Formats: sequence, C-alpha cells, structure tokens
Amino acid sequence: MTEKTILYRGAEAEICLSDYMGFKVVQKKRVRKAYRIKDIDDRLISFRTKEEVKLITGARLQGVSVPIIYDVDLEYGTITMEYIEGKRVKDILNELSEGERACICEKIGENIAKLHNNDIIHGDLTTSNMMLFDDCIYFIDFGLGEKNGEVESKGVDLHVLMEAIESTHSRHANCFDYVLGGYKKELKEDANLVVKKIEEIVKRGRYR
Amino acid sequence: MICLGIEGTAHTIGVGVIEDIGKKCRVLSNIIKIYRPKQGGIHPREAANHHASYVADLIKESAEKAHVDFPDIDIISFSKGPGLGPCLRTAATAARALSLSLDKPIMGVNHCVAHLEIGRGILDECKDPVLLYTSGANTQVTAFAEGKYRVFGETLDIGIGNCLDKFGRNVGMEFPCGPQIEELARKGRNYLGLPYSIKGMDLAFSGLLTAAGQYYKRGERLEDICYSIQETTFAALTEVTERAMAHTEKNEVLLGGGVASNKRLRDMVQIMAKERDAHFFVPSKDLCIDNGAMIAWLGLLMYNSGIRMKVEDSFIDQRFRTDMVDVSWRD
Repeated sequence: MTEKTILYRGAEAEICLSDYMGFKVVQKKRVRKAYRIKDIDDRLISFRTKEEVKLITGARLQGVSVPIIYDVDLEYGTITMEYIEGKRVKDILNELSEGERACICEKIGENIAKLHNNDIIHGDLTTSNMMLFDDCIYFIDFGLGEKNGEVESKGVDLHVLMEAIESTHSRHANCFDYVLGGYKKELKEDANLVVKKIEEIVKRGRYR
Repeated sequence: MICLGIEGTAHTIGVGVIEDIGKKCRVLSNIIKIYRPKQGGIHPREAANHHASYVADLIKESAEKAHVDFPDIDIISFSKGPGLGPCLRTAATAARALSLSLDKPIMGVNHCVAHLEIGRGILDECKDPVLLYTSGANTQVTAFAEGKYRVFGETLDIGIGNCLDKFGRNVGMEFPCGPQIEELARKGRNYLGLPYSIKGMDLAFSGLLTAAGQYYKRGERLEDICYSIQETTFAALTEVTERAMAHTEKNEVLLGGGVASNKRLRDMVQIMAKERDAHFFVPSKDLCIDNGAMIAWLGLLMYNSGIRMKVEDSFIDQRFRTDMVDVSWRD
C-alpha cells in the first residue's frame, strides 16, 4: 500500500485515495469518536464495517452497481474498494433537464427495488450516496444498512430518500415520484404496500 | 422595538419581554411557571387550567421586571404551535386579549424555530448553525437551507425527553426525570448494551426504552441503566447532528430544548464539534428550556421583516412543523 490522500472526511469515516496491487482504490476508514464510550465505539465500528461489506457484496450479486471490495480490516474498521470515477448525483441532479432527471430518478428507483427484492436495506439513501458513471448509478456507503425483509424497513429506506430529496432538491420534489415509478416497475412484491407504508411513516412523524 | 412573548405549548407557561439592539436580542425579562402532574404524564386540560390561572400574573410580573410600561410594548407574540391544543389556546387567548386591549399587533410564531432563533439572537458568533433541539416532545436536527429551516433528522417515535421521562416514571421518579437520570448516570460504571437506532439522520428511542425497562425488571443497578441510556441515546443524537453538519457543510452547532441542560449531552456535542473544527454554542439554561423570550424574539424578527397577522387570523396549529415556516427574515 502506498501514500494516501484524503478525498473526503465524512461524519463517520475518512475516504482515502490509495493504491492496492496496482488498482486505484478508495479506503473507507471508520474513525474513532472521542464523544462516545469505547463499548459503543467498538461495537458500532466493527459491526457497521462487517455489515457494510456483506451488503455491498450482496448488492453486487443482484446486479446493482457498487464498488468492488478488495480487502477488509475489522479491527481498524477499514474497507478497501474500487475507486468510482464519476459524479455525485447530489451535485448534478438540479442542473439536469427535466427529462434527464426523470430518467436518472427512475433508474435509482429500479436499483433500489433490486436491493429490496433481496431484502437489502441501504439505510442512508441520499443523493450524496449515489454516483453517476457510465450511465450507471453506483450506490455507495451501505454503512447504516441491514438485511431485512419487512415492508416497514423498505418503507423507512425510501422515506429517508424522500426527505433527502425534499431538503436537498426542494425545487424538484417530483424527483421522488420518478423514483417510485422505477421502483414499482422492478419490485417483485406489491409495491403499493411499500408506498402505503411510506405514507404511514410520514404520518407517524411529529405534527403530520 | 419591544416585544412581549407568551409561550404555552406544553408544561410551561412563560412570558418574556425583549428588545432588539441592532440585529441582536436583549432579554429584559423572562419568567416561567411549570405545570407538574402529581402522577403520570401531562394532562392537556389540567396543564391548560394551570396556564390560565397564572398567565395574567406572569404578564404583569414580566412587564414590571423588564421596567416596561404596557403602552411601550410594540408587538405581542405567542406560540402558535406545535403543541397541545388546550395549552396553545390558553396562551393565544391571553395574547389576543393583550393585543386588543393595548391595540398592538399580534404575531403567532413557530415554537421550534424560536428555539433556533434565540441562539442566533443572543450569541454573538452564532450565525448559521445546525440546531440539535432536544426536549420532551421534540427531537430534531434543523438547519437553514433554501429559504426554510429544514428538518434533516428527527425522531420517528418519541422525543428524547419523553423517553427519559417515561423510563424515570416507570422506576418511580418525579417529573422532570432528566436531571435525576443524569445524577444517577454519573455513578454508573458498567455499560449495558441497548438498541442504537439510527435511520439515515432520523432516530428512534422506543425500542431502547423497552430494553432499558427490562434491565430494570431483571434487577440491574439503576445507576448502570441510566448511564447506558444516556451514553447510547446521546451518542446517537451527536452522531446525527454530525451527519447533518457534514451534509449541509455547516461549521456551527447550536443546542436548544430542555435536554440541552444535560451536561453529558453538552460535552459530547462539544467534543464532536471540536474534532471537526466547528463552533459549539449553547444558550443559558433559561433560554434553552421553553420560555417567552424566545417567542418574543421570533415575533419581533418576523414583524420587522414585514410579516403581519390579524387577530382574527391568529389561529393555533397543533401540528405546525418547523419546515412549514417561510423564513423571510434571513438572506
């Protein structure tokens, strides 16, 4: 392994650019947090690292574009994975034409359905966690994900995205309808159950 | 300009008088009276009766304390929501009566936005913060984006204060239980694993509440349970706040709400802020908890930005969400 450059310092992890046996890779390292006690810190770091790797691998098996995993270190909470060239959906979505935006959002929905068909819950579906490269939507950061087949979890997963779109792309709030369009097409079970669940979750929130 | 604000969303009836000095807020008086149920949780009608019996005296007292004569007050402001209907109506009725009898304009304001604005109004360096607002009913992470205070994360079930109060009540503490839990937690040594529930930037506490109750039934030390509850819930709160800061690319964090009085929560958020070179702000306790001064300050900001409200339109709104307010007083 050679020199590292920090690409991004998120709330939870540092993303470094590095080199792994000749491949250009990113290393995601979960950082220790001084604000929480060691018990919680250890538990969160190793659990999330392990879960994330399982989910990324699972997503890949379903034909969803995700980075290839090269190496994992549970003790240090480090995942070494493929570097994705491309742009964050967050940064480009507002700039696109209505047609392009609809197309990308539908694709996002289709991919989420593929994940949900196999009970993979991403856990943090925001447009910052999706990259556009080569006409494919790459999903990154499964750090808050879980394997769960309940309609409730699928609803919560999409509800997170709905809120992210409302707050970050508030001028294009119809994006979420396009996402649902793609989702309904691809989901094997009855998508209306999930849509109903989202409505229920919205109402469950405070003051709705 | 001088504004008198009346707060009455839940347990607290409060009246505060403030004036603006440049773009900052000066609190002239700020007094509260808290309804404490003898047993169980808050009873809306009884809380409202409590508020009704004290509000007139509080108005007189706060004007006296502020050394302000009633004709010198320019605006009357009240908490329009969110909150319990009977409580909100009591505060609104007092505000309407005062507005009509003094012939001064009335302004209904959003309680959650008031918690954020008072921080910006009082603290010099606090300009564009992410607010972690933690109280009995409310737990939300909000920040200014595209003309509104957007809710980036919030509880999906109960507020953190409610979680602490319910646990406390089940083990025989009196309202408010937060300070007693904090005291016991200081003597806690063993961490007992509890559900840590984060969904994106949203949180949930009801599973943890159940699990903590089971530890109690099983006979674990109360000190250890309290310690574990605090460490787990506050770590989750700090984590979502940090996520919101990273997401919005803001480098200020502000605390508000009753639970912000908890020293451990303050410490955790402060350490988080320090680790990411961000500024940490927390108003004095009397301005963190529900109070009239923050309602007065937001009423004044709104009035100065050209917003007007007629008495006949001064409805309350029990489900008045933070992100329903057009923030016309900020650039």
